[in-house]
Amino acid sequence: MLNRLKNIGLMTLAVSALTIGGLTAANAAGASAYPLKKYDWPHAGPFGMFDKPSLQRGLQVYKEVCASCHSLDMVAFRELKALGYNADEIKAFAAEYEFPNGFDDEGEEKYRKGFPQDYFPAPYANEEEARDANNGAFPPDFSLLGKSREHLSLFTPWNSIYGEDYIVGILNTYHEDAPEGVELADGMSYNEAFPGNLIAMAPPLFDDIVEYADGTPATTEQMAKDVATFMYWAAEPKMEVRKKMGLKVIIFMSILTIMLYFVNRRVWRKIKKGDDLA
Amino acid sequence: MGSSNYQPTNKAVKWFEDRLPILGLMHSTLGAGYLAPRNLNYWWNFGSLAGFMLVVQIITGVILVMHYTPHVDMAFRAVEHIMRDVNYGWLIRYTHSNGASMFFVVVYIHILRGMYFGSYKSPREVLWFLGLVIYLLMMATGFMGYVLPWGQMSFWGATVITNLFGAFDFYEGMGESILHLLWGGFAVDNPTLQRFFSLHYLLPFVIVGVVILHIWALHLPGSNNPLGIDAKGPGDKIPFHPYYTAKDLFGLSFFIVILAIFIFYMPNIMGHPDNYIEANPMVTPPHIVPEWYYLPFYTILKAVPDKLFGVIAMFASILIFFVLPWLDGSKIRSAKFRPTTAFFFWLFLLNTLYLGYLGTKLPDEIMIDMAGGIDALTMGRISSIFYFAYFIVIVPLVSRMESTKPVPISIAQSVLDANKKG
Ligand code: HEC
Ligand code: HEM
Repeated sequence: MLNRLKNIGLMTLAVSALTIGGLTAANAAGASAYPLKKYDWPHAGPFGMFDKPSLQRGLQVYKEVCASCHSLDMVAFRELKALGYNADEIKAFAAEYEFPNGFDDEGEEKYRKGFPQDYFPAPYANEEEARDANNGAFPPDFSLLGKSREHLSLFTPWNSIYGEDYIVGILNTYHEDAPEGVELADGMSYNEAFPGNLIAMAPPLFDDIVEYADGTPATTEQMAKDVATFMYWAAEPKMEVRKKMGLKVIIFMSILTIMLYFVNRRVWRKIKKGDDLA
Repeated sequence: MGSSNYQPTNKAVKWFEDRLPILGLMHSTLGAGYLAPRNLNYWWNFGSLAGFMLVVQIITGVILVMHYTPHVDMAFRAVEHIMRDVNYGWLIRYTHSNGASMFFVVVYIHILRGMYFGSYKSPREVLWFLGLVIYLLMMATGFMGYVLPWGQMSFWGATVITNLFGAFDFYEGMGESILHLLWGGFAVDNPTLQRFFSLHYLLPFVIVGVVILHIWALHLPGSNNPLGIDAKGPGDKIPFHPYYTAKDLFGLSFFIVILAIFIFYMPNIMGHPDNYIEANPMVTPPHIVPEWYYLPFYTILKAVPDKLFGVIAMFASILIFFVLPWLDGSKIRSAKFRPTTAFFFWLFLLNTLYLGYLGTKLPDEIMIDMAGGIDALTMGRISSIFYFAYFIVIVPLVSRMESTKPVPISIAQSVLDANKKG
């Protein structure tokens, strides 16, 4: 009886092994027709830090191209310090923007220059206006987009999808014509990375649509990588401090762990051997 | 908890101790006054680790509350304010969110330890119950905490889980009344967020209370041990301090390294990316999944075609742990001497992990490329049946029928035997 139970158990085990096998096969087969290209991001990995020139170029792309449709609600000008700008540069940057500032004696709206403590202003007053201007689609806010499109996998890290790769994917994989049999509604484009492949954003980038201050050639892919780096920074601005502190904490705790290991062994020496019992 | 032979030498301390014998209490629970079996292995570290995590959650939680606003229009922004503007706010929040996950990892290992070594058996049944009560309270606390950042998964997870209670529709309108009570309205909305916030703050302190009872119940019979035999003679036991304080500190230090790897290097891996999108009642995410620690039970829920019975099966899958002490009829506690029990224990663990894995799948996803493709729903049903069969059939039968290995007479004797061998 017990042996039979055990055999049933072993069979179940075999079935689970099969499942896991079948599953990897199914995953491989069911993968998207357009696998996302993976880039080596300088800020990836435990020691990776942001590429500052790339962040600055990304800011330029955002400001000159994307900002006419996409907001960046949670980032203040003061935070641009992290991109390598000094206080005066940030003041000047902020001053290029205008903010409503109450009303004058005739009831007309007044405006003032921006200050470093102001946040990036949104291109549209509200969601309705944004949709109205974009064929009914809503251009999402950029503050967290870099993190909200990730799919991280702890056990199969090679299957992870990173937000930066996804953003580059969106910007860099437009098809001029939709494949055979796909109907493109008015204002829609065909895109490899977007879920469902039909996106309501016209291709925003073309080679040389911006002229980089540092002379880097502004290819579409280059601009896409820069703006993706910038967007990831906007989503996770504390990444650098986090990794630096993490290194210190882990080194400190590892040394302490090793020391406590020896303390523990020392404390237990007699008991382990049973010397007290003899 | 138990009488203490604590004798302070310092006069002032003695004066205080005569009026409030709290130092003696500490001495007899965590100090040299508590005698523990000498053969506890590293699986016995997880109790103190769970206690540590509870303290971490409370401290980081109290600090989060200082900067958080429980309102549907402000909660999402408040959490981002913590992440971006509050000094070390990102550290506090990532510690709290990853801490919750690691708390569950620790508690799951702690429970499995109890199952393997038979710690639930007489005379520790009440201790086992109290542990399960803590676990249930943690599930409620974690669920309500996950709602607080008010992201898409917060909102939709809350919607799906609260709706389950609508299945208890035993008389006209009962299900609906339960839902209205949970929501404070007609859908998950601001009143829901506010009551969840209030309870999320309260329950951890209830947990602290139950933890105290749990330790009290532990100290009457004392700890079980890997051999599962009673520690009787003086040679079987050693004082908690310095032996287990040293061992627990070493374990804790190692555990903090693991915790730190998550907090500092992969802080978002346990969470769902959709929770970085603000809650929007008009947009349903394509795939609503609860946090990983509920996934096995979520699969059991989905495996049952009927809603009410699905919910009952889900609750039963946890509550069944309460009767484990009576399902198991073996005279021997530890699975070390019960090879068939040990085998099925590991199978049960694998199956439960698989149930959890299935919880992340859509019902019609193909899991096995065989016989035209077997989908996740079917596998979920098979696994769920095995889950319950383990408790209702396998444990009762195996524990009463299997031939066990010889058990040592005493812990001390087993130490001496082991030393003789090598
Ligand atoms: C003319 C307005 C417009 C401009 C300019 C624009 N976008 Fe968009 N974008 C949209 C709209 C509208 C959508 C929503 C598309 C949809 O939902 O189908 C969108 C969607 C996106 C998405 C996909 C988000 C998702 O939901 O996964 C990304 C990424 C994106 N934009 C990046 C950018 C970047 C980077 C730039 C600047 C280089 C940019 N966009 C410029 C209008 C614009
Ligand atoms: C049993 C202990 C606890 C557990 C398991 C727990 C679990 C959680 C979880 C899973 C979240 C969501 C994290 C996220 O995704 O961001 C959360 C958020 C939160 N918790 Fe707790 N918690 C505990 C104790 C506490 C305590 C004691 C407090 C306050 C006194 C608290 C206050 C908060 C606040 C304000 C949030 C929202 C901020 C945020 O989402 O980061 N928690 N909790």
